[in-house]
Amino acid sequence: MHEMSLAESVLQIIEESARTQNFQRVRTVVLEIGALAAVEPDAMRFCFDAVTHGSIAEGARLEILDKPGEGWCVDCNKTVLLCERFGLCPECGGARVEITGGNEMRVKDLEVE
Amino acid sequence: MCTTCGCGGNDTLINGMAVSRRNLNRPSNRNGDAPSAGRLLFRPHHHHDPAPAAAAIRRVQVERNILAKNDALAADNRAFFAGHNILALNLVSSPGSGKTTLLVRTIESLKGRVAMAVIEGDQQTDNDAERIRATGVHATQINTGKGCHLDAEMVGHALDDLPPLDGGVLFIENVGNLVCPAAFDLGEAAKVVVLSVTEGEDKPLKYPDMFRAAQLLLLNKCDLLPHLSFDIELAESHARRVNPDIRIIRLSATSGEGMNDWVAWLDAQRTTITKRT
Repeated sequence: MHEMSLAESVLQIIEESARTQNFQRVRTVVLEIGALAAVEPDAMRFCFDAVTHGSIAEGARLEILDKPGEGWCVDCNKTVLLCERFGLCPECGGARVEITGGNEMRVKDLEVE
Repeated sequence: MCTTCGCGGNDTLINGMAVSRRNLNRPSNRNGDAPSAGRLLFRPHHHHDPAPAAAAIRRVQVERNILAKNDALAADNRAFFAGHNILALNLVSSPGSGKTTLLVRTIESLKGRVAMAVIEGDQQTDNDAERIRATGVHATQINTGKGCHLDAEMVGHALDDLPPLDGGVLFIENVGNLVCPAAFDLGEAAKVVVLSVTEGEDKPLKYPDMFRAAQLLLLNKCDLLPHLSFDIELAESHARRVNPDIRIIRLSATSGEGMNDWVAWLDAQRTTITKRT
């Protein structure tokens, strides 16, 4: 995935929030990234540091909250945990699993001053 | 980061001209120069003045999707296409799958009957746009610089450059990359993924997001099958495993086999678009 573009979008969201919420510095940025969102947390951190350099979020701590992958197994008729996109159902081994959670890619909140 | 494809630059060019990216309108505290992610990465480190006395710290709820801006611009593009009855298709594949040759052949099949235009996405050069222009069809070249995919904003800029295309087809040839373009909606009616039989049968399993996002899989270069060990049934079953609804057409842009099925698919999609209005 494209963490550099995502990091730039995160910075935009922060800068827009700074205008509407009236703050000058960002101490912490909390992201919610689903296990199935195909985002590498280490790559995200690296890109975030690069992109925020010289901005109001320079030096901010990046907190990444994992959200587990979840799917609905049509054959088991229940929600199961998924470790990878398009993975098989961990209980019946079937492929008919619709992803129901773990796709998240959100800026959750900020600690600002 | 896409360390394999080196993505991340903002030095986007459209037909060789720089475009101002709305997302670069950052506050003036960035040392006064226009930011470019490529340069930011290598900007020398500098030390800051001691921090002023701590101001009050508070928490701000944001709760916003990181891709929200791209999605909003994609919705603008989609509204433009709907307003002009344009079928917009986002063609994605690995580099070298034969997308441009396929487009040239497709243009020859539809020419005189359907209005067409092409947006070409590549990191560098306008070679592909030149190949399209040689057919007499308009092509706008987007050079993404270090970027590894097209996004909705680049396509929105390129739309300003389009000739009238009401009721026609816009082919958007994305940067050759099976990873990054999957997440970026351009406003297209459908993604069409091109997989050539000179690649591996397991590409759909290795890059499931792209095959999941596509409505149609074109298995290209099928004229070469007698010379290869490529198991086409296996490739199709892999594609259906990640996307049970995907439509698959076997073709060869060089020999012309299967091109009729692809043209019939395009006509069916165009009919759907026209009926909507």
